[in-house]
Amino acid sequence: MGYQFDVSLVWRTLPVLWRGVVVSVELWAACLVVGLALGLLVALARLSPLRPLRVLGRAFVEFFRNIPALIQLIWFFYAFPILIGAQMTPFTAAVLGISLNTAAFSAEIYRAGIQSIERGQWEGARAIGMSRATSLRRVILPQVFRRMLPAFTNRAVEVGKVTSLASVLSVQELMYQGRILSSTFYRPLEIFTTVGLVYLVMIYPLTWTSGLLERRMARTT
Amino acid sequence: MQSYQWDFGAVLAHWPMFLQGLGGTVAISALAILLGILGGGLVATARLSRWRLLRGLGRVYTEFYRNTPGILHFFWVYYALPVVADIRLGPLEAAVIALATQSSAFYAEVFRGGIQSIRPGQWEGAVALGMSRRRALVRVILPQAARRMTAPFVERSFEIIKTSSLASTLAYGELVYQGMQVASITYRPLETYTVLALIYFALLFVLSSLAKLAEDRLREA
Amino acid sequence: MTTVATAAETDTAILRCERLSKSFGTLEVLKGIDLTVAPGERIAIIGGSGSGKSTLLRCLNFMEKPTSGRVILDGARVGRVRPGRDGREQVSYPERDLMAVRRRVGMVFQQFNLFPHMTALGNVMEGLVSVLGRPRAEARERATAELGRVGLAEKLDTYPARLSGGQQQRVAIARALAMDPEVLLFDEPTSSLDPELVGEVLRTILALAEEGRTMLLVTHELGFAYRFATRVIYLFDGVIHEEGTAEQIFRNPQRDKTRAFIARSSEFSL
Repeated sequence: MGYQFDVSLVWRTLPVLWRGVVVSVELWAACLVVGLALGLLVALARLSPLRPLRVLGRAFVEFFRNIPALIQLIWFFYAFPILIGAQMTPFTAAVLGISLNTAAFSAEIYRAGIQSIERGQWEGARAIGMSRATSLRRVILPQVFRRMLPAFTNRAVEVGKVTSLASVLSVQELMYQGRILSSTFYRPLEIFTTVGLVYLVMIYPLTWTSGLLERRMARTT
Repeated sequence: MQSYQWDFGAVLAHWPMFLQGLGGTVAISALAILLGILGGGLVATARLSRWRLLRGLGRVYTEFYRNTPGILHFFWVYYALPVVADIRLGPLEAAVIALATQSSAFYAEVFRGGIQSIRPGQWEGAVALGMSRRRALVRVILPQAARRMTAPFVERSFEIIKTSSLASTLAYGELVYQGMQVASITYRPLETYTVLALIYFALLFVLSSLAKLAEDRLREA
Repeated sequence: MTTVATAAETDTAILRCERLSKSFGTLEVLKGIDLTVAPGERIAIIGGSGSGKSTLLRCLNFMEKPTSGRVILDGARVGRVRPGRDGREQVSYPERDLMAVRRRVGMVFQQFNLFPHMTALGNVMEGLVSVLGRPRAEARERATAELGRVGLAEKLDTYPARLSGGQQQRVAIARALAMDPEVLLFDEPTSSLDPELVGEVLRTILALAEEGRTMLLVTHELGFAYRFATRVIYLFDGVIHEEGTAEQIFRNPQRDKTRAFIARSSEFSL
């Protein structure tokens, strides 16, 4: 094997990859915020006493979980604009696709969390005159967040990885920069290995935190 | 917003292309699942090994795949692996290798989780009867663990089918790639990608119904 | 809220229920209960398991909605009444009305139901702030005073998980008291406590009795019921089988089932 791994290329491309990292992180943050907020609404729909809302929530979850995220991105970029008759930037399409995907998965986390809270907590809240909404906000959800923190962290890890699909829509995030650099320098080994390591550095701290939280919770309960 | 004239007929006229794509998706997914089970078994064995070095290697392998995006592996295998290994890879081989290596990591976690979920008392009971470690594993632990592994195993296998869509980025003719071709022939991305989403939904919905049936059977047995 | 003030209801009753029934599916748990609670009364509700005593209590603050019958709080009927299709009245219970009732009728549960993510002080402040809209400083002052009253001035910043069962139940009592309820309901407040922790909770409840609070208590502790109650109700199979003063029910029950129940509760010593 006479191949020479060109380390200097790695150093030269890092500034470009860094620009990609910034876009990846922006995308990641936007999708998490929108996805987690939307996911709560979907979970509430799934737990609603109104049947049509429950069905709608269920359909949303099943739909977004059973279709590859790649298709969701492609659909929002190439198909959705035709439907609404307006153009959309690749970044917006990516945020839409990934957020809805995140909403579907996190809705199931919220739902499991809410269902895991003992009925007595609702009763305790109601007995001092709280409305359902106040009980949820003040008593139930804070406990759900705490209990489901490892699951939410895992979801954040998945979202971080899914943002790489935005490269297919030419969003200039890390994966996209890697593909461009690879074809510019004809050095795929150096470039893609570096991109992999950068992702590892980006995502691993979160995986590690999630593991730590899980172990800590296993100990306290 | 003017109303859009839907025309699914133009898209569905190309059904043989979708069918071919479905064949491609099923082929690489099935291969990756089979190879992934084998690889996952090996990695899990390493992770549960008595030797520290093997445990460490197994851990590095799974952590690497857990913390880097799937699309990167497709590019790395297709463009970088041939450089390192001095081999030629077609899109099919590259896609299967990429999928199988990452699914090995995920299946390994399923196997390990299942085995570790069995209470130590079961090991002790088996060893107290004079069984060897291997015999205890085969006769006592695995039969119990198998039941707990089915749900995460099915979930992981669905992830593989969804991830196989990334093979489209290597121009391998699975569903998404074929769909893109249909979209560019018909100029009907809205209908095409909607059909594509529905095909995946139907495929995974049918499979999940089958899995549920099998799981119920297993529980009765 | 629809106010139906008839002559009979202009009396001094703080809480009344009339022909109160409750079914769960086909199971009829309460079969027409009539009960009038005057201010300052302390009523102990006793009975075997399945007699409906907890359900009765839970219907009074609408943790359960009665299947039929009416609940009248301070002269005003709870719920909204419309004439139904068949001429019989139809009652609906808007959540908003029930929230108002629960602010006035406090409840202490068997399982405490404290909020685990809040300190003792946080638990007691919560209703003051998020239900009554009091300023935080004022709520803190009030909550501190209530916790002091139940003997937990030292435990303000402790989380429920670090309190004993008896302490948790006293926090729960302080939480209910902080809302200034007109009536206080106790649903088997000592049933999930270790025996050595029962006393501190009972003493707290007796101290409230001396303040002249209106209270209803469901309990298995007949000895405590005897000391606590101005009136005792023996519930059997969803109806009030016998009622009277503690002296009458415990020393001289008139009906066979009551007598048998008192006798069966062998731990009971007056």
